[in-house]
Amino acid sequence: MSSEWPLWEVFIRGQHGLNHRHVGSLHAPDAEMAIRHARDVYTRRNEGVSIWAVKSEDIAASSPSEKGPLFDPANDKVYRHPTFYDIPDEVGHM
Amino acid sequence: MYAQMVKTDGKGIKPREEMTPEEQRFQDRIDAGEKIEPKEWMPEAYRQNLIRQIGQHAHSEIVGQLPEGNWITRAPTLERKAILLAKVQDEAGHGLYLYCAAETLGVSRDELTEALLSGKMKYSSIFNYPTLNWADIGAVGWLVDGAAIMNQVPLQRTSFGPYSRAMIRICKEESFHQRQGYDIMMKMARGTPEQREMAQDALDRYWYPSLMMFGPSDKDSVHSAQSMAWKIKINTNDELRQKFVDQTVPQAKYLGLTIPDPELKWNEEKGGHDFSEPDWSEFYAVLKGNGPCNRDRLEARQNAWEDGRWFRDGLVAHAKKADARRAAARVAAE
Repeated sequence: MSSEWPLWEVFIRGQHGLNHRHVGSLHAPDAEMAIRHARDVYTRRNEGVSIWAVKSEDIAASSPSEKGPLFDPANDKVYRHPTFYDIPDEVGHM
Repeated sequence: MYAQMVKTDGKGIKPREEMTPEEQRFQDRIDAGEKIEPKEWMPEAYRQNLIRQIGQHAHSEIVGQLPEGNWITRAPTLERKAILLAKVQDEAGHGLYLYCAAETLGVSRDELTEALLSGKMKYSSIFNYPTLNWADIGAVGWLVDGAAIMNQVPLQRTSFGPYSRAMIRICKEESFHQRQGYDIMMKMARGTPEQREMAQDALDRYWYPSLMMFGPSDKDSVHSAQSMAWKIKINTNDELRQKFVDQTVPQAKYLGLTIPDPELKWNEEKGGHDFSEPDWSEFYAVLKGNGPCNRDRLEARQNAWEDGRWFRDGLVAHAKKADARRAAARVAAE
């Protein structure tokens, strides 16, 4: 019956107050084992305070060919950045 | 050099005018220092070459556990035992980071494992040498991990994103490995005359196999030229070997040990040491399967794979049952 364990993506919160960050992936038969393996593979040196494991097949990802349509529209919206606006020095810090 | 003798498919670097527009764009991105990510377009030869290189590197980490694991039960103190256990566990971790990086290129974990077990894919020649006594554990950490670091540090800048990120993690952890090895060597070299002798003997046996880890000279190799253009190889084998020798000579001197090479001497003009080449016929014999421990190493991996099958399958069966139970409970609750 041998079948390969499914692939999981592992996210670790490094410290309280920070986001969980993707650190890598691993194979595990189920969620509980994925967390245990993640502990051994990715936090041997106290790298985290919390672990998320998500089945890789459950992750929706944008494809490189969509890069233009997805991200180009943000390019011409310079007015979103504070430096777009000239504020006179007399006004002080804003 | 944890990946020795990985040959590219191509016949050297493709001249720009022969490249398709896609290939040109790809090369431009690499030249600009951009990282290539798994879903992006890449030449098939780049993909295949990386699978071989990262796979071989991963296999080396996994097989590399064996010579050191040999001494876990016989470490001289509880502290040394705990340290060695942690180090060997790190090697397993490094193997896993690398397998995952290779898998993003479209090869499965089982395919990689089976290629190792059938002998189709290689691992570093160094792990086919035996660890005969405790001093060898010191020499392996000092020399073998030292040579590994020499190769891995530049690979942090490799063009393939997942490989580069795995290398960054590995390098962070690797310096503990070399330092614990040197620590053992210091203890032995300053110990009883017998211990000093063991330390010297370990250096004598591990020196040339460590130099072989970088692979034969490739300054004229077309394969290496292509790998370097793709930034999956950063330095030539000779450059890295020279750096390793220059780094190691003062370390040996500090230990009061003699590097087993009568030709070794400082060359002011080139700003590095002159040294003897290892016996390359031995290197090719070991790669071919005729080193002191090739059969043992492969058998150990084959047994681990076969003996662990019931366990891997058992956990899958358990996961399936638990899934079914949860689904049934959901239906009942509705």
